[in-house]
Amino acid sequence: MPSDPLVAQHVLEFPGGYTRTTGPVIGRFLSELRARRIVGVRTAEGRVLVPPLEYDPATGEPVTGEYVEVGPAGTVTASAWVDEPLDGHPLDRPFAWALIELDGADTALVHAVDAGNPKALAPGARVWPVWSDRPTGHITDLAHFVPEVTRITSGVRVEYRLQAGGALRVFLEGIARGVFLGSRCDQCEKVYVPLRRSCPECGGAIQETREISDTGTITTFAINNLPDPRAPEVPFVSAYILLDGADIPMIALIGGVPAHEVRQGMRVRAVWVPESERTASMANIRWFAPTGEPDVELS
Amino acid sequence: MRDVAIVAFAQTRHTDHDTGLSEHELIQPVINEVKERTGLKRFGFTCSGSCDYLAGAPFSFVSALDALAAWPPISESHVEMDGAWALYEAWVRLQHGDIDSALVYGFGKSSLGDLRTIMTLQLDPYYLAPLGLDQLSYAALQAAALGAERKELDEIVRRSRADGRGNPYAFDLPDPEGDDLAVRPLRKADVPPITDGAAAIVLATGDLAGRLHPNPAWIRGIAHRTEPHYLGMRDLARSASAADAARAAGVGKGPVEVAELHAQFPHEEIILRRALELGGDTVINPSGGPLAANPVMATGLIRIGEAARRVHDGTARRAVAHAASGPCLQQNLVTVLEA
Repeated sequence: MPSDPLVAQHVLEFPGGYTRTTGPVIGRFLSELRARRIVGVRTAEGRVLVPPLEYDPATGEPVTGEYVEVGPAGTVTASAWVDEPLDGHPLDRPFAWALIELDGADTALVHAVDAGNPKALAPGARVWPVWSDRPTGHITDLAHFVPEVTRITSGVRVEYRLQAGGALRVFLEGIARGVFLGSRCDQCEKVYVPLRRSCPECGGAIQETREISDTGTITTFAINNLPDPRAPEVPFVSAYILLDGADIPMIALIGGVPAHEVRQGMRVRAVWVPESERTASMANIRWFAPTGEPDVELS
Repeated sequence: MRDVAIVAFAQTRHTDHDTGLSEHELIQPVINEVKERTGLKRFGFTCSGSCDYLAGAPFSFVSALDALAAWPPISESHVEMDGAWALYEAWVRLQHGDIDSALVYGFGKSSLGDLRTIMTLQLDPYYLAPLGLDQLSYAALQAAALGAERKELDEIVRRSRADGRGNPYAFDLPDPEGDDLAVRPLRKADVPPITDGAAAIVLATGDLAGRLHPNPAWIRGIAHRTEPHYLGMRDLARSASAADAARAAGVGKGPVEVAELHAQFPHEEIILRRALELGGDTVINPSGGPLAANPVMATGLIRIGEAARRVHDGTARRAVAHAASGPCLQQNLVTVLEA
């Protein structure tokens, strides 16, 4: 209450509300709402007014006695967004006011839409009514509208058991020791890392296994701005690294350098996790960091 | 038709807060001012416009009569609308031919309550009022239906406030800054200032008008039109009733040098310029308009007074005034004034 004794609060109120008769047309509309139906009234010219009026606003003629069920869905023609609802509003969270042309109607209904966010209700958006739990024959029997269902979210989760055998097992055993293992095809004279037992170029078998240096050169890279659980932060850089002595680059994270300083030809070295934390996994390599050597001219 | 002219206009220095003056204390100075200017003590007819819901008291306009000198009894009427419609009623009354002067006034204190929700009470009680649809919400719906460029809206607010700073009766509002949102797409800067104030006008016919003012502002056309109340029954992007009223008043019969428009929100100005077919040569709201001072129930009458003032001081030979009532420009009154 105001502290100035000459300032008073004044309330204008009709205790219990103000009773009004509805007349036959509005009364029919509200009775249909109570039965969870939305009707319009047809004018002499054949238009359907929703909500119904007793007279056609276009001509002044009395409307016909024909009631037409409309909706329940409709199309938004304009909307306004309320960030801070008032006490008297239909919703207590941010919502939209909308002009809604219900299916089968020639005019628009004004109502609230629980749209979630202000961009969800462009003109043309489809909305459906949410009914109050206990309709009583009042415009608020339509509690509010909600956007039409246009998408769903479905969960996907399947579990597998993966086993590294063959060449991958040999390679990962090397990683567990802190060593990159590769192999050379005698026929094609190419060194592959990770190690493999068949040459993807000639299809011949590869017998040899050799240790490859953990230093190399960035041949190309990408700056990623979407978070990834395997990356330390955003943005992060993933790069193709041609390890010294290998002919095929491998992909890895780059760290220890700002993303915008990474460049093609940059010399890098693998940063291994401490020996006590190592497993037979690529997680042993935290990332590749610059060695500080001069850049290499890429052919 | 009898020739009727505006021969005097006065308005309060509007306030953005309640000064505690009663309504008759608010209007008495402007009534006295137009009486002094014209030398008239009594009028053939008196008509006022106000809204009881602003004060929250029934028949609150009756006590305002204390400012008038209503004894011996006077011929008096009231509209529960902006004072511009009181002026229309007085103009009609003067057409009867038996009187030659009329006093018109409008007043309102919108600071006493929450204007935004008080305006909900003017809505139809079956379909709109129960939803709690408030003044800013329905104005925002109309702004969305129009879909005007933000730059154009900002420029209207900036121009209105700048002109208002040059008007001693309106507020000194700064250039709009920031993009604080009201009900989107409206921004807070698009919302007219809460205002308490009053205005009065004296109408006179024929020879009397010439004796009371050297440059009477003759009413060469005056008409009002309405359209359906329910917002969903009309195209909110245009104002058919304002266009009809403008045609009936003869706005297009000559060049319009100045137009005072009862546009409470910047998008309403765009809609009204189109409806009245006002070109780029017309100076819009040189007073600052409702965005610089909006004493509800006097704002429309002030538009007529401000337009008349341009004719009185010779800066315009032909001016147009517009007043609006109801949600989203439901009712529109257009007056054409000439030297």
